[in-house]
Amino acid sequence: MTGQTTKVLDNVPPAPAVSGQRSVALEMRGISKTFGPVRALADVSLTAYSGEIHALMGENGAGKSTLMKILSGAYHADPGGEIRIDGKPLQIGSPLAGRRSGIAVIYQELALAPNLTVAENMFLGEEMRRHGMIDRTSMNAAAQPYLDRLAAPFSPSSKVASLSIAERQLVEIARALAGHPHILVMDEPTTALSAREAEKLFTIIRTLKDEGIAIIYISHRMAEVYELSDRVSVLRDGSMVGTLMRDELNPQALVRMMVGRESSSFYKKEHRAPLSDRKIALEARGMDDGNRVHDCSFSVAEGEVLGIAGLVGSGRTELARLIYGADPKKHGQVFVNGQERSIHNPRDAIDAGIVYLTEDRKVLGLFLDMSINGNVNMNVLDEDARAGGVLNLAAAKRRANEAIKKLGVRAPNAEINVGSLSGGNQQKVLLSRLLETNPRVLILDEPTRGVDIGAKSEIYRIIDQLARTGAAIVVISSELPEVIGVSDRVVVMRDGHLVGEVVAQAEAPITQEAIMAMVTDMGSAKAA
Amino acid sequence: MADVANETVATRQASISHQQRLRNLLQYAGMLPVLIILCIGFGLENERFFSLTNASIVLQQAAINTVLAAGMTFVILTAGIDLSVGSILAASAMGALLVSLVPDVGMLGILAGLLIGLGFGAINGFLIAVIRLPPFIVTLGSLTAVRGMARLLGADRTVFNPSLPFAFIGNATLFGVSWLVIIAMIVVLLSWFILRRTVLGTRIYAVGGNPDAARLTGIKVGRILMFVYATSGLLAGLGGVMSASRLYAANGLQLGQSYELDAIAAVILGGTSFTGGIGSIWGTLIGALIIAILTNGLVLSGVSDIWQFIVKGLVIIGAVALDRYRLDHKGRT
Repeated sequence: MTGQTTKVLDNVPPAPAVSGQRSVALEMRGISKTFGPVRALADVSLTAYSGEIHALMGENGAGKSTLMKILSGAYHADPGGEIRIDGKPLQIGSPLAGRRSGIAVIYQELALAPNLTVAENMFLGEEMRRHGMIDRTSMNAAAQPYLDRLAAPFSPSSKVASLSIAERQLVEIARALAGHPHILVMDEPTTALSAREAEKLFTIIRTLKDEGIAIIYISHRMAEVYELSDRVSVLRDGSMVGTLMRDELNPQALVRMMVGRESSSFYKKEHRAPLSDRKIALEARGMDDGNRVHDCSFSVAEGEVLGIAGLVGSGRTELARLIYGADPKKHGQVFVNGQERSIHNPRDAIDAGIVYLTEDRKVLGLFLDMSINGNVNMNVLDEDARAGGVLNLAAAKRRANEAIKKLGVRAPNAEINVGSLSGGNQQKVLLSRLLETNPRVLILDEPTRGVDIGAKSEIYRIIDQLARTGAAIVVISSELPEVIGVSDRVVVMRDGHLVGEVVAQAEAPITQEAIMAMVTDMGSAKAA
Repeated sequence: MADVANETVATRQASISHQQRLRNLLQYAGMLPVLIILCIGFGLENERFFSLTNASIVLQQAAINTVLAAGMTFVILTAGIDLSVGSILAASAMGALLVSLVPDVGMLGILAGLLIGLGFGAINGFLIAVIRLPPFIVTLGSLTAVRGMARLLGADRTVFNPSLPFAFIGNATLFGVSWLVIIAMIVVLLSWFILRRTVLGTRIYAVGGNPDAARLTGIKVGRILMFVYATSGLLAGLGGVMSASRLYAANGLQLGQSYELDAIAAVILGGTSFTGGIGSIWGTLIGALIIAILTNGLVLSGVSDIWQFIVKGLVIIGAVALDRYRLDHKGRT
């Protein structure tokens, strides 16, 4: 599989089609980055020419953002690599040094101060002064040409808070332009934009390209990459897989480069009998929050594991929270074992037999100052309590000790603070809390995020066991091999919609390519 | 071999849990060493300090602040604050005295004081839990508004009742212990029971420790907040009854001025975290005793009240700084 892409693996960067008069704006060579034991980037090289749009693609966690943060100076690369801007070596340093060398980065989450004006944001940190006071008149005058260049429909003195997301993006671009960049990095700029707004943005990006700026464009959306880019580089697991020229682009090749590996046997579980004759445990109909989730319907049978694949930000977590009653919904019905349940808050969901494992266990899940005992028992305090709401300490202790044994939590005793446990053990404690209520439906959001490989396989084992005892399980995951490995069926979410479904069969297991194609909207890429 | 390995694991686990216990002890004991050092210091400096009479004075002085600080502990455990307790105390004392003047049903003054406190606390709770206004703003507002109502209740004059039917609370003793002290001890014990032995108490800690997680586990966060502010108000009302019964009088303008600050200081001295979720009622008790002993000792030593303020303030800052330092070195975040 990888063999087919080795042709483009060579480190010699193919020159863009019109390379004759264009110079190399950026050259990154042998960039590596390790965080503790984790290797985020391994010997990555990337070249960008002035006046080209260079798309950078890869799965979540492939290393795109890390690479760009090194370029901007937010991270320091490991020794041994080299970055050259217009042929001059870049002093590895701070974001400010990066900006002075002509690098501008526009991050996914816009970094504007909403209470300040457009001009103030554009010159943040480099305000113009007169007699020690901020000189608004000069700043507004200086900002205007940049806004004109982008045909921005607002004035430099507008408050950012009053602008739409698309307009704020223009402010970010104007701010970047004010630094006269040679290299402009844009990290998924269209995530929050409508199709029309995105189209306008593309026009601006092409204008900037014609002005000779090298644009590095990070995106997951195949259609965009097709429309815009001169070349596409693909990162996978921290390594540069290769670079394709515009006329070499085809969806199959790109998906294969992004996915690469076969799903390893590590994730594989034995295929079970068809589930069609089983009872439906959970059915969600027309779930909609009017914002991030649009008319999503699906069902899960008893003993079935349903995977939800999709990019970060595609609305997977929002859908799960909607079902669990954590956020208010606009429309939607939830049926458990065929009966409609009205769920307005998490308590209702738990009472209906639905539990939800949050993707962010430290912020949204655990009580880090409390013991394992306190955390495990949080959902069953009422159930165990004696008359008058008096705690049943003996029952709590028994539950905690049993949970530690059953899920293999590595801790000396149940009174230890959860904050002092490793990620994997914390996750098991959180899982135990959910299991104490004997749920019929478990929605697990990124169940193995931030846990080591050993704990990962134990969590897979637990999921499998739960399914065997008849629980219906929904697994949301950004890791394709994981979602394929644990699931009997996978649905794909994109931009708040459920866009497709793949069912595992004994003779035809789910492939990453099939899911990746739906995740990145290849249908429209083909149409383009 | 396996046995040896098991044994070392066992001993290591034993030593870990020993460490844990020590850490818990330190966390609970918290400011106890400071309290003891203060006692020894004042004792050496002035022989009258260690007399039974003085001890009873100190405890009586600490009683009302202990009651207010117990309520404040509930509130601060949820990462909130209640600035209105001093004003609520004044309004409740006024109410209690006014009802006590009604012939035949004077004892109902106690109930009136408690209900006024509970009512104002419930209003605070409603604004915070249901309307979702920030606790600091809400209780800052009621600090001022309730003070005004306290003055309104007595037409801005001191209300006086020389034959107060429940005067025993402030002046009589049971087995030689002042009723004020007994009430404060009961409040502390009840608070301990609620916080550590009931589902409600566990949820208070949970809401303070991580409100988002608390909501996701199905805890009705609003109800918990409602409860803690109502409790704080009720205990401020009790404080009002206690101070009315000691003075036979109440003045809407002066009574309870800046009591909220002493209550907050006691809670913080007691090691309860302003960010919520960590703390204990025993710590609060120790904090309240430190404040009372500091005042008492400084008075006995003849320090002018200007300097008393300065020393008290510095001791509070110093003690908490010491605590922070100690906890940081325990590897807590």
